[in-house]
Amino acid sequence: MAGWLSPEEWQALGLSLKVAFWATLVSLPLGLVAAMALARGRFWGRSILNGLVHLPLILPPVVTGYLLLATFGRRAPLGAALDEIGIVLAFRWTGAALAAAVMAFPLMVRAMRLAIEAVDPGLEQAAATLGASRPWVFATVTLPLILPGVLAGAVLAFAKAMGEFGATITFVSAIPGETMTLPTAINAALQVPGNEASVWRMVLISVVLAMAALALTELVSRRVARRISGT
Amino acid sequence: MTAPGPADAAAPALSLRLRHGFPGLTLDVAFEAPAGVTALFGPSGAGKTSVVNAVAGLLRPEQGRIAVGGAVLLDSAARLCLPPHRRRIGYVFQDARLFPHLSVAANLRYGARFAPGPAPQDDFDRVTEMLGIGALLDRRPAALSGGERSRVALGRALLSRPRLLLMDEPLAALDAARKAEILPWIERLRDAAEVPILYVTHSAAELARLATTVVLLDRGRVTRAGPVAEVLSDPDAAQGLGRRDAGAILHATVDRHDDDGLTRLSTAAGTLWLPRVAADPGQRLRVRIEAQDVILSRARPEGLSALNVLPATVSQVRLGEGPGALVQLRLGEEAILARLTRRSVAALGLEPGVACHAVIKSVAVAKGDVGSG
Repeated sequence: MAGWLSPEEWQALGLSLKVAFWATLVSLPLGLVAAMALARGRFWGRSILNGLVHLPLILPPVVTGYLLLATFGRRAPLGAALDEIGIVLAFRWTGAALAAAVMAFPLMVRAMRLAIEAVDPGLEQAAATLGASRPWVFATVTLPLILPGVLAGAVLAFAKAMGEFGATITFVSAIPGETMTLPTAINAALQVPGNEASVWRMVLISVVLAMAALALTELVSRRVARRISGT
Repeated sequence: MTAPGPADAAAPALSLRLRHGFPGLTLDVAFEAPAGVTALFGPSGAGKTSVVNAVAGLLRPEQGRIAVGGAVLLDSAARLCLPPHRRRIGYVFQDARLFPHLSVAANLRYGARFAPGPAPQDDFDRVTEMLGIGALLDRRPAALSGGERSRVALGRALLSRPRLLLMDEPLAALDAARKAEILPWIERLRDAAEVPILYVTHSAAELARLATTVVLLDRGRVTRAGPVAEVLSDPDAAQGLGRRDAGAILHATVDRHDDDGLTRLSTAAGTLWLPRVAADPGQRLRVRIEAQDVILSRARPEGLSALNVLPATVSQVRLGEGPGALVQLRLGEEAILARLTRRSVAALGLEPGVACHAVIKSVAVAKGDVGSG
C-alpha cells in the first residue's frame, strides 16, 4: 500500500491533511462568532465585517496570498512582531494553514450563518424565560440546533483548505516537506516532463478526498436532522 | 447579583404600570392583579402580548414598574430591568415553543436546574400526572399533537417554579376539541392556586370560564378592570367584549343528575336545569349565560317550553345605537345580562327596579360554557 505512492507524494498528502485540519480547527470558533455576529448582530460595521469575511471569495487568490505576505512576512510589521514571540508564518506549514483558513473562511461562515438564521429566536426566548442565561441558551438550544450547519461548514472548509493553491503558493511557496501540499505538489509535478503518473495519482486522491468530504457532510447532517426531528 | 427580594405575601400577585410607544400604538397600561387567573382581554392589536412580553422581560418598555409578589422586576425610575432569565416568570407561548432537539422529559426538566433551591421531591411526577403527559416523556415534540404540545409547554413552565405564569392565547392555535381538552387542566391549575396566572385571550368564552379577574384592553389602554362576575355583567363593559359575545356568569352547585339527561343546579337565583353536566353533585360550577340566550317576561310565563325561569330585578338598561339594548338583571347577589331590542325594552317598560322573569333555554348553554369554579 505504502509503495503505491512515492515518499514525496505521501509527504504532500500528509501535509495537506495536517494543514487542512489545523486550518479548520482554529477557524471553527472564529467562524462561529463571525456567523453569529452576521446573523444576529445589530452593530455598526456589520456590513464591513460581512465584506471582509467574503473578500477572499471574490479576490484573486494570488492577491489574498500577497496581502498575507505583506501582513505576516518576516519584515512586515505584524510578521516582525510575531517573529519576536517566536511565531513565524511565512514559508512555514503554519502559514499554509493560515492561507487555507483565510480562503476557506467565507464558505464556513456562510454555512453556519444560514443555519443560525434558520433557528427560531422564539425558542431562545423560551429558554430565557425558563431561567437560562445567554451562554446557557447558546449551549443548550442554539448550538444543538445549528450543529448540522456547523458540521457542514467545517467539512466544506476542510475540503476547501485541502485544495487551496493560489494564496498558499504566493504566501508560503511550495517547499517540499514544509509547505508543499497536494495542489502545489501537483503543480510542481506538472513542470517535470514524463511525470503524468504521479500527477494522476495525486489528482485521484484529491477527487476521492473531496467526494468523501461531501458524503460525510450529507451523512452527518442527515443524522443530526433526524435526531432533532425525532422521527 | 441583585437577586429579586423575597415575595411579600401582602403584595398583589402582579402590579404593573408601563408606557411604551410603538409605531401606531402607544401602550399606556396600569393594573394590579390578585392571585388566581387574571385575563387580559381585548381585540388583536390592543397590546395584550406586549404587556405580557414586558412582564417576561422580552420587551423593555420606555417607562414603567413591574412587581410580582413584591419582587421588583422592572423599575425604569431606578434603572432596574432584570433580564428574562432572572425574572422567574413562566411563559406559555401560543405556539408552545418546545425544544425540537430534546425529548418531552428533557423539555419538562429544562427550567428546573435554574430554579433556586432543591425541587420539591415529587414535583415532576405531580405535574406530569396533573397534565396527563406521563406517557409522552420519551417522545420528541415533533411527534406530539397540538393539544399534547400545549400541555407539555404548560408543564415545562410550571416546573421552572415561576412566581407568575404568563399564558399568551395558549388555545388560539387549537381546534374546538383540543381546546375542550386543555381548558380543564388550566382550571385545575387555577383551583389549586399554586401560581398566579396572567392569561391573554380574545375569546369571551375562555374569559368567562377561567378568569377570576378581568383587565379589558383596547388600543393600548385599560378600559375596565375588576372581578370577572362584575365586569361580565356590566353592560358598559360588554361593549368592550364585543356585543355578540356579551354574557355573564352564574355560580352554581350541582344538585343531581336526572334520568332524562338533565342536571339540576342551584344558583343564587333559583334552580337551573342544564343538559347533563360532567360534574359530581356538590361541585361548584360557573355557567356562562349568553346575553342573547336570555328572554325577559314581566309576568311569570305559563305554558312555556323553557325550563329555566328565574325571578330577577332589572338593575341597568343600556340602549345601543342600533335596534338593540342590554339589560342587566339582578338575581340574588349575582347579575346577568339580557340582550333585547329597544322596542321590547319600551313595550315591557323595563327600567331599573322593575321585577321580571329571566327565561333561559337549557340547551342554549353550550358545554364549553360550563366550567369548575
